[in-house]
This record gives sequence, C-alpha cells and structure tokens, in this order.
Amino acid sequence: MSTQQGNRFFFNVDWITILLYVALCTIGVVNIYASIFNGSTGSEFNFSTSYGKQLIYVITGLILGFSILLLDAKFFSIFSPIVYGITMLLLVLVLVVGRKVGGNQAWIPLGSFRLQPSELAKFGTALLLARYIGTFSPKLRDVKSIFFAAVIIVIPLFLIMLQPDMGSGLVFLSFMFPLYREGLSGYFLLIFLGMIVLFIADFLVPIEILLPIVLGIGGLFIYQNRRKQKIMFSSIIVTVVAVLYLFTVKFAYNKLLEPHQKTRIEIMLGLKTDPKGAGYNVIQSKIAIGSGQLTGRGFLEGTQTKYGYVPEQSTDFIFSTIGEEWGFAGCFTVIALYIFMLLRVINLAERQRSTFSRVYGYCVASIIFFHVFINIGMTIGIIPVIGIPLPFISYGGSSLWSFTVLLFIFLKLDSNRMGFI
Amino acid sequence: MDNLFNRKYIIQGLFIAIALILLGTLFYIQVASDKYFLSAESNVLRKLYTFPARGVILDRNEKVLVQNEPVYDLMVIPNQVKEFDTLALCHIVGIDMKRFKKSLNKATVQSRYQPNIFEKQLSIQVYAALSEQLSRFPGFFVQSRTVRYYPDSAAGHFFGYVKEVSPKDIEESDGYYRPGDYIGKAGVEKQYNDVLRGEKGIINMLYDVHNVPKGSYAEGKFDTLAKSGEKVVSSLDFRIQKLGEELMKNKVGSIVAIEPSTGEILAFVSSPGYDPNLMVGRQQGNNYMDLINLDKNPNRVFTVRPIQGYYSPGSSFKPLDALLGLQEGVIDPNTTFNCPGYYMAGNHRVKCEHVDGNIALRKGLARSCNTYALNIFQRLITQKKYANQRVAYDAWQQKVKKFGLGEKLGVDLPSERTGRLYASDYYNKKYGKSWRYTTVISLGIGQGEMDATPLQMANIMAIIANRGYYVKPHLIKAIGENKVIKKEYARKNYVDVEARHFEPVIDGMEDAVSAPWGTARQSMIPNVIMCGKTGTVQNPRGKNHSVFIGFAPRDNPKIAIAVIVENAGYGSSYAAPIGSYITEKYLKDSISVGRRASVEWMKKQVILPAPPKSKVKLKPLLTDSAKKDSTLKSTQKQKTLGTPPVPAKPIQTVKPIQTAKPIQTTK
Repeated sequence: MSTQQGNRFFFNVDWITILLYVALCTIGVVNIYASIFNGSTGSEFNFSTSYGKQLIYVITGLILGFSILLLDAKFFSIFSPIVYGITMLLLVLVLVVGRKVGGNQAWIPLGSFRLQPSELAKFGTALLLARYIGTFSPKLRDVKSIFFAAVIIVIPLFLIMLQPDMGSGLVFLSFMFPLYREGLSGYFLLIFLGMIVLFIADFLVPIEILLPIVLGIGGLFIYQNRRKQKIMFSSIIVTVVAVLYLFTVKFAYNKLLEPHQKTRIEIMLGLKTDPKGAGYNVIQSKIAIGSGQLTGRGFLEGTQTKYGYVPEQSTDFIFSTIGEEWGFAGCFTVIALYIFMLLRVINLAERQRSTFSRVYGYCVASIIFFHVFINIGMTIGIIPVIGIPLPFISYGGSSLWSFTVLLFIFLKLDSNRMGFI
Repeated sequence: MDNLFNRKYIIQGLFIAIALILLGTLFYIQVASDKYFLSAESNVLRKLYTFPARGVILDRNEKVLVQNEPVYDLMVIPNQVKEFDTLALCHIVGIDMKRFKKSLNKATVQSRYQPNIFEKQLSIQVYAALSEQLSRFPGFFVQSRTVRYYPDSAAGHFFGYVKEVSPKDIEESDGYYRPGDYIGKAGVEKQYNDVLRGEKGIINMLYDVHNVPKGSYAEGKFDTLAKSGEKVVSSLDFRIQKLGEELMKNKVGSIVAIEPSTGEILAFVSSPGYDPNLMVGRQQGNNYMDLINLDKNPNRVFTVRPIQGYYSPGSSFKPLDALLGLQEGVIDPNTTFNCPGYYMAGNHRVKCEHVDGNIALRKGLARSCNTYALNIFQRLITQKKYANQRVAYDAWQQKVKKFGLGEKLGVDLPSERTGRLYASDYYNKKYGKSWRYTTVISLGIGQGEMDATPLQMANIMAIIANRGYYVKPHLIKAIGENKVIKKEYARKNYVDVEARHFEPVIDGMEDAVSAPWGTARQSMIPNVIMCGKTGTVQNPRGKNHSVFIGFAPRDNPKIAIAVIVENAGYGSSYAAPIGSYITEKYLKDSISVGRRASVEWMKKQVILPAPPKSKVKLKPLLTDSAKKDSTLKSTQKQKTLGTPPVPAKPIQTVKPIQTAKPIQTTK
C-alpha cells in the first residue's frame, strides 16, 4: 500500500457509488430539460434556464463532493455536535427571518441564493446520531439511550414541523432504520407500522367498528398470554395506547392539519376525488406516467410534459417526465439505480470499522430511501402529496447539494474506513 | 453483534420490497392499463371541425332547388373570456343582457375549454359589424357554416327541413353528430340525410395546459377534409310543382303526378303547404310553433297529405273492379248490366247517379256507374271456384294489394302511411263467419273500410297507363355524380292483369274525359287524349272531397295524376280541371290561351273547411254511407270569387246530371 500513497485517495473512494451518483444527476438534468421544453425547437443551451442552472448545481455539487473527500475524516465526527448545533440554530432562525414560499417558511435568503436549513438538518442530525451511538455504543435497549437518540431526532423534526413543512419533517422518521440496525427493538418498527395501519384505518373505517376490532385483537392477546404476566401487561398497555392513538389521530387530524394537507390525505385514501383541485397534480402526474407505457414516448416527445399538464414537473413531479418519456423501462432503470446505490451504501456501511461511519452510512441510505419512496409513491398516487424532492434528480440547488454532501461525507468516511475516527 | 448484523438483510429486504411495490404500481398504470394513455390523449387533443356544404337538390330539368347560404355562428370558449364591454357585444349581436348571461352560462356548463355556440346564425350584416370589433371580445370568435335556402319557396313537404340535432340523434349517430350540428328532420332532407350531409372535416390539434394550440397532431396524419354532400336530382318538375301549389292555394288537398314508365314523381303538392325557408334560420323555432298552432293554421300544415292523407278511393277504384273482372273472366268488355238507378245488395239499396238501363263496360266506366261496378264486385266474390265468399274475398284483397293499396308503396319519404284494406280476418272478428259480399259491398265502389293515399291513387293510374305494372314512385331519381338510383326504384312491379284487359278500361276512362257523356268533359285538354275518372268522395266530417285521377296521353302516357281537393264537392268542379291544367302544363309547357283565364280563376278560389265545432267520429261504414249523408251537416265554407269563365274550346252542352241530384255516393 505504501507505494501507492499517491493513489490512495482515489483508490479507496467507492467509485461505483460515485458513478451511480453521476448517472442519477445526469438523468436529472436531461429530464429537467425535457420538463422545461415546450415544443418549440431551437431552444439552445442556456445557463439561465432550469436545466442550465441544474447543470451548474451538479458541477458545483461534484466540486463540493470532492472537496469533502479532501477533508480529514476525523473532522466530521469531531465537529458533528457543532454542525448539529448550527443547523438547529438555522432552523430556529428560519422561523424568524425566513421567507414564506408556498405556505412554508423554509428558506433563508442569502443574496441571490436561498438556504433551506431543513436540508442541512438532515446530515446535521445524521452526524450527531452517528456520533452519539459511535461514542457511547448504547445498545438502545434501555429507556435512557432511546430517549437521547429520540431527542436528537425529534428536535429538528419539531422545528421543521413548525415551518410547517410536513414533508421534510417526516424524513426524520427514516432514522428509525439506523437505530434498528444498532439494536433498537424490532417492536418499534412494528409499532411504527401499526401506527400507520391504524392511521389509515381511522379514516376508512368508522370508529364504532374500528374500536371493537382493536379491543378484540388486544383482548385476544391479553387472554392468550394471561399466564405470562409480563407479556400480558405489555399487551394491555399496547391496547390502551392504540385506542388513545385512534382518538388522538382523529383529534390531531381535525385540529392540527392544514386544510390542504387534509384533502391530500383524503384524496390519497380515495375518500375524495377533486380532479380540478388538490387531486389535479396527482391525476395529471399519473396520466403522464401511465401514458408512457412500456418504452415511453421518447425524449422530448411526451405531450403531457411538453404542454405543461403536470404542475411542478421539474421539481417534485420530475418522475412523471421520466415515466412519460421513458416509460416503464425508464422508471425501472431509475428505481434500479437507486436500489443499487442504497444496497451499496449499506454494504459499505457494514464494512466500516467505526460505529460512527456505519451509523452514518445507514442514515444516508435511509434518508435517500425515504425520499425516493415518498416522492415516487406520491407521483403514482399511492402516497399523499408530500412535497419532498427526488434525490439527485429533482431541480434545485439546496436539495442537490445537501444530498451530495450527505453522500460524499459517507464516501469520505468509507475511503478512510481503515483509520480510526 | 452477529444478530444485529442480520438486520442489514431485513433493511435491505425492506428497501427491495418497497421498490417492488413501486414497480408493480408503475407496471399497472403504464403497461397493464391503457386508461391513462387515453386520458393523456384527451388532455392534449382537441378536434376542430370544418362543416361541409350540404348537397344540392336539383329538379328533373337540372334547375337548382336548394342553395346553401353562409351564416355565422358566434362561438365562445368560456375560459378564455376576459373582462370586456358586454353591452357593446349585446348591442352588435342584438340581444339583451339576460340572454347574454344565459348563453354564456349555457356554454360554460357545456365545456369551459371547448368552443361552444354562443349565438346561432348571425346574418352577414351582423357578422360584418362584429368582425371589425371582435378583438375587443376575448374568447369569442365566429365560425361560418351554411344553411339551406330554397329559392322557389315551394314544395316544403318535399324538402322537409334541417334542424339542430337532438340528444337522441347524437346518440344514434355513432359519434358523428355533436351538439349544435344540423340534421335533416323531415322530407327528402331527412330521407337522404346521409347522402346530403357530406362529411365533417376534422383537424386534430394539440393544446397545452393553457389551451394554447401547439400545432396539429402527428403532422395531420389523422386529419380529414370536409367533404361536401352529394348532389341529388329530384324527379320533380318544378314548373308543374309550382303551378300545382298555386292552384291549390287556399284549398286543402293534394296533387300527385307520376311519370308512369319510371315511377318518378313529377309533382308532389300538399296543401296547405309552407315556405321551406320558414324552417331555416334563427326564427325556425318560432315559425315552427306558428305553423303547428291550430288557431293560426287549422289545417295541419305538416301533414304530408299525398302520403299521409286517407281518402276513400271512391270512383277511382272502379277501373280496378273492371280489370279484375276481366282478368278473372267474370265479365268481358261486352257484358252488360242493367242500371235502374240503384243496386240492390241484399235488402240494401246503393244509389247510382243515373238511370242508364243496360250498359256495357265502356260506358259503365265513363259514367262511373255504381251498379256496373258493384255487379262486377258481386261476381268476383261469388265465384264458384272458391270454397266460400270469405276465401274469395281474400283472393280479391290480395289482387287489389298488388295495385299498391293497403300497403306502403315505399316512396322515398319518411312517414308514409299504408292506407286501409282489410283481410277477411278483420271481418270474421267483426261479424263472425256469417258475412258475405253484401256486407262489404261498399268496397266495390271504393268506399267503406278502404282508404288510399293520393300517392296510391296516382300509382293506380300509372299502372293503368303502363298497362299492367308500376315502378315504385320516388322523388329522387339520381344520387351523386354517378347518378345512382336505388334498384327498387328501377324495377317493374306487375299486377298480374294481362295487358289486353287494360284497353277496354282505358276506353271507358277516355270517354269519361272526352265523350259527351263523360264526367270530366269540361277538363279536356286541346289535342291531348286524356283518360281519367272523377270522384266525389264521401267525407263524414264535412262536404265531399273533389277527386280526379287520370293519365295522358292515352298512348305512350307521360303523366299519371291524382288530385284531391277536400270539401270541394264534385270531382268535375275542382279536381278534374286542376288535374288537366297540370297535365297540359307538363305535356305542352304552357296552358292553351283559351284556358288561361280558368287557371287564374281556379287559383283564386278559397275552399277551406270551417273549424269543426263538434268532432264527428269516423265510423267504418257497414252499409253504404249514402244513407248517412243527410244527417251530416256541411260545415264547409266555400267562397267563390266569381263564376268560372267558360273554357273557350270545349263548348259545354251536356251538363253533368249530378248537379241536379246532390245525394249520390260516387260518380
């Protein structure tokens, strides 16, 4: 190895992940171009257009990424509390001085550039969570360690919800996965799943029917485990909490959610159809994707894309462009690239010697996964419209850079996996 | 740590599982279902229509009967309407704010993104005024289409009319018609709608989400040009059509003239008629309501009397008696019957107009002798070769049907009626098995439970003129550039009476017009041998109808005609002269000088029935209706503007006897 000192830097970086990253970014620029293209020919390349800007973001993103690779790997672990602190401050600041865009107070204007602290909070939180687990190696079996980990996650989640930006806030739920990997009981995942099931059921089934069902299942568990006191005890708690949860969800839904968020949920659950209103985006997006069929209409040939039928198509609904112009084949390719990248990152994470790097790697994979799942699910109507971008592909500097930083920090940690952090 | 390491696979498995869920959903909406593909098409595609000119209709002399005139529909695309001076628009178009709001509202309900008709059929003047200022009214534009114009303002029943499509029409058109389109609703316009309408042109345009056109779809591969409707040539001769309408002015009735050799209808007059131009344009609805308003137009303007009017054939049926009698051999031309002035059907006495003593066929027909006709009828029904009279009746009925009675003739117009002629079942039900020829004796003189349309009567004349066959009467003789005619309108239908039997009958009919003892003598046409019969048809609701049927010339006939003037009394007084004028005009292209004054006189006659006070129910006549004649009150109003000038040529010496004896059945 010593003879290859000069090459070490390049040698140790995981080029496969970088390749996947570049591929996804390229797909992004190409499809943003298609989204902006309106059928008139001869639109030359221009840096003032969205795809021009996105290209700049990609190039600067790469520069940013490679600069990160040049930093000392120890830096991230050491400075993680500071990074976390700064991002939390920015999250508070944005509530004070932020600019309201589309109902959310999510942006801090910095000259011509707009900073979105919630993007920074993602890797800020990931770093601190990795540091906490890496340093204290808690088994996440005791209330204390779960509590600390939860606090790290809930503070940014809470601040972002205040903006209110539900989409970005929900992203923090993806930290469940690294916690699970590090020893958090699988029950938490099950409870989490149960919460989602009950949440949906709460809307679809009247409470008069739902309540007996929940009590019945709970009762069955309690009866079956009546000899095992401990399990019976927790069964009772779970049942009681589930019932309370049902009422809380109803209450929270009615009192806390914004009207447009309510409609989005109702449309997703099929309780409401509103083709001209809140459901319009989803319907148009589904139409565009569906019209792509197996092989798509071809680059710049998508009528729905070209003639502007899908709103916000270069940002949150970029996947509809891919769906229409590249068809199922294109969609499959994009999803496959993501899955490759995610599995790769997890595999890389598992080969880390340091817990910090491993936890951080899981955080990266989980955050990207959560975005991909929510975003694509939203464009095909299986998830309510939550405005979060498709990683590396959606138009937008903040989002692209934050994903780049998120990923390249991990690549740096990985390139340095033999060293101690 | 080992057990925790396994969690890697759970997480990776979860990622893959969710990716598969996404891919499954994508597969469903992209590959398995074409619902979204079709929605995408309907998102961006709009069909723009160009309207074809409707086919031209010519008469038999290639005279143009229908033209197309441009009109301008003011269209609106509601979502493109911006604030503008509504009053100015109302002022130009000539509507009030109420109507403006209503129209705009209606358009908005129909479609916010598609062009809707805002105001129909603006005149060229309004269009000119509007087009200068159209830019002031965003969202509005003018679309031109054509409407019908009938330069002669005649033959409304022949043309029918064109009207906006109904929801039912749209449903039945397999997607061709859309709201606001026009379709033939009556007459030839309806019957030949598929030929006349042409094909709309379609331009498939792509539109973006802001409804801005983005060019044509697939380089116009699926676009079509509007195809004009085909030209059709009518068999009508508008010279006699117009003369007929003038003659029938202020009278109720029909004239049907047929070219016997071809079945082509030369004149098709239904009176009262209407100007077909009333059924065009913005006032169509109002005009229609006026025309069907029985207070303003008591005589049912839209009844197409030549094919819908029911009349007892009366005397015009007698040639059929003779023909069937000759064919069956129950009489020969020299058979004589004694006419004492009546005919005894069992105990029932049927009056005859005149006491002629022993007369043969020729005179019997010329004098329209009831006794002669009924004797033939008696012999036909009592023939020994049939098991009983009811069987004989059915055989007779079948033979009569061959002449086109009791069935639709199949003319090329909608809503033709069958007329009335029953089979024996009907009488069996009514009378049991006990009925015999005396029960239905009225049929022998074309009365009782028998009705014919004027077209059927004219067709009988065509059969006689042709000596034994007819071609289905029709109004359109050629369709399109290739002059296509339907096969059924070129085929000869034989009536199974040998040609030789026609001559004696035609002799009698010639005498009816030309001989001194004929009934229609004053209607002789100079230098033309016309054969005919007059009829005075029982009308249970008022004064008798005046009927004339005939054909001319005797050899190589060119025209067969039936004229019915309702409530006008004797056949010889109105129907026969009218028939002769039409015939003369057709054969000679002008009325001889000596008869022109009579033509003008006839045009001025007003013979309209007074609105009936109480409804007299028409009952099938069991016995001869002559008995009831006296009980019927004549409610007819006859206005005569002077006496008819005596025709110059045929100096009248013999006055028909019937004027002296008003209580007669038929003559």
